[in-house]
Amino acid sequence: MTTQADIDREIQAGLDSSREHQPRLDYPAYRSSILRHPTKALQPVDPEGVELWAPCFGHSDVGEAEADLTIQHSGEPQGSRITVSGRVLDGDGRAVPHQLVEIWQANAAGRYAHLRDQHPAPLDPNFSGQGRCLTDADGWYKFTTIQPGPYPWRNHLNAWRPAHIHFSLFGTDFTQRLVTQMYFPGDPLFPLDPIFQSVTDPKAREALIATYEHDLTSPEFSLGYRWDIVLTGSHRTPLDTDEELA
Amino acid sequence: MSAAPGQTVGPFFHLGLPYEGGNDLVPPGRAGAIRLHGRVLDGDGVAVPDAMIEIWQADPDGKVCRVPGSLRRDGWTFTGFGRAATDADGHYWFSTVEPGETQPGRPPFFAVTVFARGLLDRLFTRAYLPDPDVYGADPLLGAVAPARRHTLVATRDEQGLVFDIHLQGPRETVFLSFPKHRGVWA
Repeated sequence: MTTQADIDREIQAGLDSSREHQPRLDYPAYRSSILRHPTKALQPVDPEGVELWAPCFGHSDVGEAEADLTIQHSGEPQGSRITVSGRVLDGDGRAVPHQLVEIWQANAAGRYAHLRDQHPAPLDPNFSGQGRCLTDADGWYKFTTIQPGPYPWRNHLNAWRPAHIHFSLFGTDFTQRLVTQMYFPGDPLFPLDPIFQSVTDPKAREALIATYEHDLTSPEFSLGYRWDIVLTGSHRTPLDTDEELA
Repeated sequence: MSAAPGQTVGPFFHLGLPYEGGNDLVPPGRAGAIRLHGRVLDGDGVAVPDAMIEIWQADPDGKVCRVPGSLRRDGWTFTGFGRAATDADGHYWFSTVEPGETQPGRPPFFAVTVFARGLLDRLFTRAYLPDPDVYGADPLLGAVAPARRHTLVATRDEQGLVFDIHLQGPRETVFLSFPKHRGVWA
């Protein structure tokens, strides 16, 4: 069976040969990617029609309480309570207001409340691990949740994922759609993880790591992490209006 | 500013993303409703049972929807957005309507985003309505090698439209990159 040392060599080869800001799709160290990545170059195209707009979400879609993953059941979940907050910005540094942010994650023991998760760590009856919110007028989002645990997976022998929270984001146009993972500072598993290391530029990898922020920490309640998320640029100019589409 | 890198949705996205009614942009069976469906397949032609497809489309008049309500549908408002996870056979389906032209002379399409365990970043493509007469006039269809053009065009069946997505292999779907995806933002 493939060992961590084998994967380490493959990861190093990737780091030596490229510096890419987005994950390499052709990245065999992540074994599940081998038959699931396109082998032909992406076709460049200018966005048109619907692609210049993003789906619209509102308070009819998302309840306020959905941003707090610790109050979805009758009891308190196990683990360390945390606050995760930051701004969603587009590639030009503009806030992305009133847009949907969705998260999902493992519980404090590193177990997902998902049938396919066979890790023999305890499920937590008070933690489902799913949340949503809308950004405010300045692009801010904020979740209250539990520090997720690292967990094993079967990419290779003794493979472990660094602790992370999955994030799903929309921008102001459809081309900005992003699904990614937020990591926690100083995780010793970073160098070993082929999913994290599939981003071969070190500065770009840093963009996936939250920072501890004491101002976000609430006294005797929760630790605070700040994570700002920059999407790709919007293709729509400020002159574009709804009228032009009519 | 540099964009944050994408990361795979992984195997447990069902926990956070698919939602009840996500694939019903209109109630199934309503007058004018069609099924848009297909399979997601890997490089060996094997079903991908842990993929997720999103569609984003204009309404039948070619109008881009600017109304909320995709997550909690009221059964009446057409929002233009849908999300569907694949089943054990790699099959996804939506109940929707055919989009109209957003610009005169441009063939209508569904904007499609593909996510999967094993896919390190999302992929974009388009599912055009079947209408071979207009292929050459469209900037994308005109630019793609004729042998691959069919991967961007849905076909008809009794209930509506079929659009299979091949992540890899001889029938690999044409996936797209947009101008702001390329290069680095300083």
